Amino acid sequence: MIQEADISTDTSEWQPRIVAFLCNWCSYAGADLAGMSRFAYPAAIKIVRVPCSGRVDPMFIIKSFEQGADLVLISGCHPGDCHYTSGNYHARRKLLAFRELMSFLGIDPRRFKISWVSAAEGAKWSSLVKEITAEVKALGPFETYANILTGDARP
Amino acid sequence: MTVNATATEQLQRAAADLLSEGKVDLVIGYGRDQASQFSSPVFVRKPEDAEALVFDDRCFGNLAVYLSKDTVRRMGKIGMVVKGCDLRAVNVLLREHVMKREDIVLIGVPCSGQGEPLLHKCSVCEQRNPEGCDIVAGDPVEQPEIKAEQRYADAATIDAKSIEERWAFWHGQLSKCIRCYACRNVCPLCYCKRCITEKTVPQWIETSAHLRGNVAWNVARAFHLTGRCVNCGECERACPMDIPLGAINQKMAQLMHESYDFQSGLSSEEKAPFTTFNVDDPETGIL
Repeated sequence: MIQEADISTDTSEWQPRIVAFLCNWCSYAGADLAGMSRFAYPAAIKIVRVPCSGRVDPMFIIKSFEQGADLVLISGCHPGDCHYTSGNYHARRKLLAFRELMSFLGIDPRRFKISWVSAAEGAKWSSLVKEITAEVKALGPFETYANILTGDARP
Repeated sequence: MTVNATATEQLQRAAADLLSEGKVDLVIGYGRDQASQFSSPVFVRKPEDAEALVFDDRCFGNLAVYLSKDTVRRMGKIGMVVKGCDLRAVNVLLREHVMKREDIVLIGVPCSGQGEPLLHKCSVCEQRNPEGCDIVAGDPVEQPEIKAEQRYADAATIDAKSIEERWAFWHGQLSKCIRCYACRNVCPLCYCKRCITEKTVPQWIETSAHLRGNVAWNVARAFHLTGRCVNCGECERACPMDIPLGAINQKMAQLMHESYDFQSGLSSEEKAPFTTFNVDDPETGIL
């Protein structure tokens, strides 16, 4: 079944920039499956393949925001399914703590998503990307970080 | 300034004995310093110099910072004067295999708080009487009961604000940062031989004192200390721009305490939260 992406190709409309770090074994394969199954999803997402969600250092997230990302997504295997047995359990502790740190510093935690997508969940991947794209479109450009970048960083 | 005469005398005697018996090559402690507002660190290498040691109410520094320095380690076996709070940092260094317990001789000093008025860390201190030291100098002091909400009071004040107010606050604070890295250099647990902020290929953290790099640096610093920081408050005390770094560390300590029932530095055995996991850890907010 071929689905229509619910994203407009109208270039006059603002398009968010979403950076996604996907683990090689589950979420990347899940995104691959979505492609092979012709589940369309918004093109705003830019995928970076990492060996494991446990590979993701919080500096990746900060760097993405510095480079103009409006939302960062980190996706890995479901708990218990990690190719390296426990990478995603470690990632879960670190990434949830990082989100708390962001929130404490006043950096909108809604700009940082974590998800578990397995290699069989092409449909989940497609609907997840649609969902977060719609959410970030509603939030608009990431002003906090955009202001830091230009140097006019008045809140 | 009030000198703790009993502790000072016992400290000097213990240091002189250790040095003359050859059990240690140097004793690191606090020395009387009239020119300074605090009792600065002294390195005693001869028994006759032991009288330079003092213990008063201005022994602010956390001497554990020297334990990871190669230049200090090369001087030989170290005897170190520790307060209860410093001992927590030593415990973390032991847990992280920076040195072995037999490499150091710990001279514990019971401490009823430093500074006039008391430093924040002292007003919520639960380790007034150091435990597990080789030698104890001075008489035990009374240990008041401390509630968790007192311990995390600074973080709670900031947490009570809205997210916009928090950003306005931290924006103002972090803009002041001049990137002198005093917070890192004074931290007993920031001992990486090459810090991430000095790596240029790739450059994770911009080096200029601009808000962009300042946010990245302070996030990295706070995160690298999560589950390790013992809230000794030295970073905040050293900061020339008076950035409330202690509040960030407090927030992360509170999180580790509430999520994983972990308090750093209470033992040298317990695993740090980020080096272990539970299958049924909290999972709120994961899609």
